[in-house]
Amino acid sequence: MKSDMHNQKYDELVKKMTPNSRMLRGYVRAFWVGGTICCIGQALNLLGNALELTVMTSPMFTSMVLIFIGTTLTGFGVYDRIGRYAGAGSIVPITGFANSIAASAIEFRREGLILGLGSRLFAVAGPVLAYGISSSILAGLIHWGLGRIG
Amino acid sequence: MNEFLMFIKAFVVGGGICCIGQALIQNTNMTSARILVLFVVSGVILTVIGVYKPLVDFAGAGATVPLTGFGYSLAMGTLEAVNKYGIFGAFTGGITNTAAGISAAVLFGLINALIFKPKAKP
Amino acid sequence: MTESGRSIFFSSKPSISACASIAGPKEGKGRFGDLFDIVLEEDLLGQISWEMGESEMLRRTAELCCKKIGLSISDAEAFLSGDLNNQIIASTFAARALEVPFFGLYGACSTFVESLLLGAMLVDGGYRKNALCAASSHFCTAERQFRYPLELGTQRPPSAQWTATAAGAVLVSHSSAKSIARITAGTIGKVVDRHIKDANHMGAAMAPAVCDTICAHFKGTNTTHKDYDLIATGDLGWIGKNILMELLKEHDLQIPDEKLIDCGASMYYAEQDTHAGGSGAGCIAAVTCAKLLREIEDSRLKRILIVGSGALLSWTSSQQGESIPGIAYAAVLEGEPNE
Repeated sequence: MKSDMHNQKYDELVKKMTPNSRMLRGYVRAFWVGGTICCIGQALNLLGNALELTVMTSPMFTSMVLIFIGTTLTGFGVYDRIGRYAGAGSIVPITGFANSIAASAIEFRREGLILGLGSRLFAVAGPVLAYGISSSILAGLIHWGLGRIG
Repeated sequence: MNEFLMFIKAFVVGGGICCIGQALIQNTNMTSARILVLFVVSGVILTVIGVYKPLVDFAGAGATVPLTGFGYSLAMGTLEAVNKYGIFGAFTGGITNTAAGISAAVLFGLINALIFKPKAKP
Repeated sequence: MTESGRSIFFSSKPSISACASIAGPKEGKGRFGDLFDIVLEEDLLGQISWEMGESEMLRRTAELCCKKIGLSISDAEAFLSGDLNNQIIASTFAARALEVPFFGLYGACSTFVESLLLGAMLVDGGYRKNALCAASSHFCTAERQFRYPLELGTQRPPSAQWTATAAGAVLVSHSSAKSIARITAGTIGKVVDRHIKDANHMGAAMAPAVCDTICAHFKGTNTTHKDYDLIATGDLGWIGKNILMELLKEHDLQIPDEKLIDCGASMYYAEQDTHAGGSGAGCIAAVTCAKLLREIEDSRLKRILIVGSGALLSWTSSQQGESIPGIAYAAVLEGEPNE
C-alpha cells in the first residue's frame, strides 16, 4: 500500500514536470490539413462524376486515388513530415490509412518478401480491416434480425 | 455556387472530424493504429443508428474521406445487401462496397515497398 | 546488502588510454558536432540494413579507438559492448568482424557505463591487460524496434526523445599506461521501477534509478557533489533531468543546476525538434568520449561522475502493459594529478 502511495506521488511529480502539447496549435493544424485533404476528395468526387464511371461510385474512385496519393507520398518520404506537422489531420483521412500500410511495408521489406513485406503490410491496416469488417457484419446481422422481428 | 458551398462544407466537416482525432492524440496518447480502428468502428455504428448518412449528404467528401467514412461504406454496403439478399448479404455487402479502396491500398502499398527504401529522418 | 556496499573501488586506478566517438549526421549538426572524431555523412554506412549500419559504426569506433594509440584491434584483450537491438546484434556482429574476446552486455542506455565498470574490474583484477568498452545506438534501428516504422506519419508527444545515432569506445588499460583519465570508483545499479508505463516518457522511467544510484554512490564512497566538478547523466532528456532534480531534493541533495548535465538533453539544439532531447546508449558513450574525457585530459575537469541510465523495456513487455523498470550505473573518472 505504501509503495502505491509512493508511486502515485511520483506520477503527480511527473505530470507536473511534463509540458502539455501545444493544444490550440495542434487543433488548428489538424483542422486545416484534414479539411484540405477532404476538399481534394470533394474535387475528385466531381471528377469521378464527370468520368461517368459504371463499375464504381465516385466516392470509391476518390478513395482509390487518395490512397494512391497517400502511398506515393509515403514512398517519397513526405507523408511522415506532413504527419509530424498535422497529427490527426493526416492520420484520420483515408490517406493516413494508406500511409500506415505503405510505411510498414517499406520498413520491413528487408525482412523478406513474405513475412517481412507481405505480413507487415497489414501491421496497422490489419486491425482496421478486422474490426471494421467484423463490426459491419455484426451490424448487418442485427439489422436482419430486427427486420425479422419487425 | 452550390459546388463551392460543398467545398466549404467538406472542409469544415472533414477538418472537424480530424480535430476529434487530434483531441484523442493530445489528451490520451493513443497510437495512430488505435485511432484508426476507433474511427472505423465508430463510422459503422453511427451509420447503423442513422446519424452518418445525413452527414454524408450534407458534407460529401468531408464525411467520406476521413476513416469514419470507410466505416460508413462498410456498413452501408452490408445493410443494402441484407435488405436485398437477406442474412448472407451481411457477409458480402461490406467488402463489395469498399473493394476498390482495399485493393488499391494493398497493391499500391506493395508496389511502394518494392520501389522505395526507408529514409533516415533529419 | 547494505547500500554502501554497492560501490566499488578500483585500487590500481585503471587508466583510460584512448577513446573514440562516431556520430550520425543529425548529431553532427548538434551542439557537440565539432567534437566527435567522425561525423557520418549518411546513416546506413554503405550497409544493406540499419542494423548492419549500426554494427559497422560500432566496429569502426572500436578500431579507431585502438588506432589512436598505435595499437591494432588484435591487441585488445577483451571487447565489452552492448546496444539497443534485440539480442544486441549490432555488438555481436561487430565482435564477429573484430575477432577479439567478447562480452556482450545489455543495460539498455546504461550499457556504456556498465561496460566501463566491468572493463575496469577485468583490468584492475589483473585478468586482462586492457579492455575495450563500447556502446552504440542508432535512430533507425531503435525506432523500428521500439516504436513505429520511419515513414509513418505520427506526432511525437513533448516527452518523446530522439534516439541518437552514435557510438563511443574507450580502451581501459593497466594503470601504468599513459592515460587520459583514470577510473577510480563506481556504483552498481539496482533495477528501480516507479510504475511509469508511457514508452514515450523514458526520462520519467529512468530518473528514479538515477537518483537511487547517485544517493548510493555518495553514501558508498563517502563523497558529496562538492567532490565532483561535474555530474553527467546519460539520456534523461530535459524533462527527466528536471524530475531528477526534484527527486534529489527529496533526498536533501541540492546539486546546482550547472553542475549536473544530461548528455541527451544537451546533444541537440532546440530547433532540431527532438522534443525532450536525445536518448540511446550512444548518447553518454559518444559525449563522454568526445567531450568529457577531452576536458579531463586538458585539466578543465579534475574529477567527474558519469551516470548512465537505461530503460529496461522490450516491445513485448510494453505491449503486455508492464511498467518500465530503470537502472543506472555510476563511474568516477579522474584526471592525472598535476605534477
